[in-house]
Amino acid sequence: MTTLTKAIRWPGRTTDGPARPGGVGSWPVVGGLVVIAIVFGSLNEQFLSAENLSNLALQLAATGTISLGIIMVLLLGEIDLSAGSVSGLCAAVLAIVHVRHGQSALLAVVVALALGAVIGLVHGLMFTQLRMPSFVVTLAGLIGWQGLLLYVLGRGGTINLPFDGAIAKLSDTWLPPWASWLIVVLIVGAVATSAVLNRRWRRRADLPLPALSRTVLRVAGLAVLLGAAVLVLSADRGVPLLLVIFGTLVVALDLVLRNTVFGQWIYAIGGNAEAARRAGIPVTRLRIVAFVLASTLAAFGGLLAASRLAAVNQSSGGSDTLLMAIAAAVIGGVSLFGGRGRPYAALLGILVIQSITNGMLLLNVDSSIRFMVTAVVLAAAVAIDSLSRRGSEQ
Amino acid sequence: MFAARGVSKRFGAVRALDAVDLDLSAGEVVALVGDNGAGKSTLIKVISGAVTADEGQLERDGVPVQINNPHQARSLGISTVYQDLALCENLNVIGNLFLGSERRRWSLLRKIEMERSARTLLSSLDVRIQDIAVPVAMLSGGQRQSVAIARALVGEPWLVILDEPTAALGVEQTAQVLDLIRRLRDRGLAVLVISHNLADVRAVSDRTVVLRLGRNAGEFRTAETSPEAIVAAITGAAA
Ligand SMILES: Nc1ncnc2c1ncn2[C@@H]1O[C@H](COP(=O)(O)OP(=O)(O)O)[C@@H](O)[C@H]1O
Ligand SMILES: [Mg+2]
Repeated sequence: MTTLTKAIRWPGRTTDGPARPGGVGSWPVVGGLVVIAIVFGSLNEQFLSAENLSNLALQLAATGTISLGIIMVLLLGEIDLSAGSVSGLCAAVLAIVHVRHGQSALLAVVVALALGAVIGLVHGLMFTQLRMPSFVVTLAGLIGWQGLLLYVLGRGGTINLPFDGAIAKLSDTWLPPWASWLIVVLIVGAVATSAVLNRRWRRRADLPLPALSRTVLRVAGLAVLLGAAVLVLSADRGVPLLLVIFGTLVVALDLVLRNTVFGQWIYAIGGNAEAARRAGIPVTRLRIVAFVLASTLAAFGGLLAASRLAAVNQSSGGSDTLLMAIAAAVIGGVSLFGGRGRPYAALLGILVIQSITNGMLLLNVDSSIRFMVTAVVLAAAVAIDSLSRRGSEQ
Repeated sequence: MFAARGVSKRFGAVRALDAVDLDLSAGEVVALVGDNGAGKSTLIKVISGAVTADEGQLERDGVPVQINNPHQARSLGISTVYQDLALCENLNVIGNLFLGSERRRWSLLRKIEMERSARTLLSSLDVRIQDIAVPVAMLSGGQRQSVAIARALVGEPWLVILDEPTAALGVEQTAQVLDLIRRLRDRGLAVLVISHNLADVRAVSDRTVVLRLGRNAGEFRTAETSPEAIVAAITGAAA
């Protein structure tokens, strides 16, 4: 009986990933985005304008990058509550090195990222060696690193970055149309090539092939999606460099997680750490690496936020940054229970949250209502996560 | 041939194993039975390297061998399927079969090669799973047990140890797993099965070894022995 239903639910699929999520995947989110576009688009003609969508694209990158780091830790079934504070602190150090000490932007960026990595290492060691629960470690981090941020900023509390400096320029650079289209062609070309190669290798190995129509549809869908995005964004100022950076990070992390032994082991630990340990997987080392990656990505997110604001101040990385980043990951389909979800969740989830925020700002909705709506979306995402987990456990 | 000679193990005041002997040979299924606390799990832990014996020796083809950790056991061709299966529910069948020993070039997964070996392995064991790309969480208990057993074969072992492989299964799935155990024997592997279920023991084993209070309490050719005789050895009624 159960095998029969399974056969119907999973008709002779072929494999392409180490960890096909047992949950509902990303379809609810995509559906949600369409609903958001229709609702806000019909309530306010500004919402779907090229200018607003460009702003939206700019708003995504910083919190999205932080969210990407949080996903690394969530995949292990752990949590990082310190990401917001770490992003603020590292941005502050960046500004201090660059502005107060007059060092080059590049050196400042390297120092900030290295600081992020060291912080992650501290978290990872406290978690694995002192056996502290990750949520306690990073809760201490949430408070402690914010304290350090206030301390290093000192009395003034704000450091402005030069508007024409390299760091501020990051978020004020727009790709010319030819460059955007070149990127689209390259991406679609790479995806299509890898699909063709995959089919050839599978045929050679005598393995069942995925339906050709599915593959074609996927590549065509990707081409249409990317093409539409470039068309819309080029109608305004062009594709923002910030979006390209964020997108590159998402794609790179996804490729690593799906195709390397490292990625496979991260999913394995998230699924069953004891089984992974018995299978000889270096669980402790990978946990530390995940925390290092999380904090480094948080630092990078802080850098992007500082670039957009052209300043670092006492509220950098504060208020709702952390919650947005965690919510984005979960809304995008990363399981809080570990082992399920992909980096694309950061992109999809942050799109949902930012569109809602952005749409309601356009409609002049009070922030009280905004918070409540975001909370409902987050609760719904977690509920779907919990239910699909229970469903897959039978 | 694999042999344990005079193996003893103490846990504080408890003599979990007291000069136990065990012989295993290729192409033979040995059932290890005994009451709770008889020392069955401790004995297989000694053989699989999870526990080190206080006294006694392990021999492979008459040559003494050291097994101080699971890794050494595995490199001697000893593979163990624990009762909890140790599967990653979120990974698919292929991911679980190669867990920790993924085929790779540099650090890149060789997915196609792994999928191919997985299919070959599963079909050679006659394990039927419609879709090996779904997470193991979607499989039935019998299928999971089969995946765990198949995984034990990935390193091409010589001896496979199974701890209570049918304890959590229904009738039909138990039959599947027993079939699978017979196929391991037909491949020429030595198989050691712990079981509480005497019906299963009769159905699948060639020889039955009884432990009682940490000591050898009888050894029978299963087909020629009545269940009553085995029960008597387990409970000590015969002594
Ligand atoms: N790690 C341990 N620490 C202390 N006592 C143990 C440990 N493992 C087993 N024992 C004891 O050794 C005896 C044999 O246990 P075990 O090998 O698990 O028996 P069985 O598997 O036959 O039920 C029992 O009395 C048990 O309590
Ligand atoms: Mg036991």
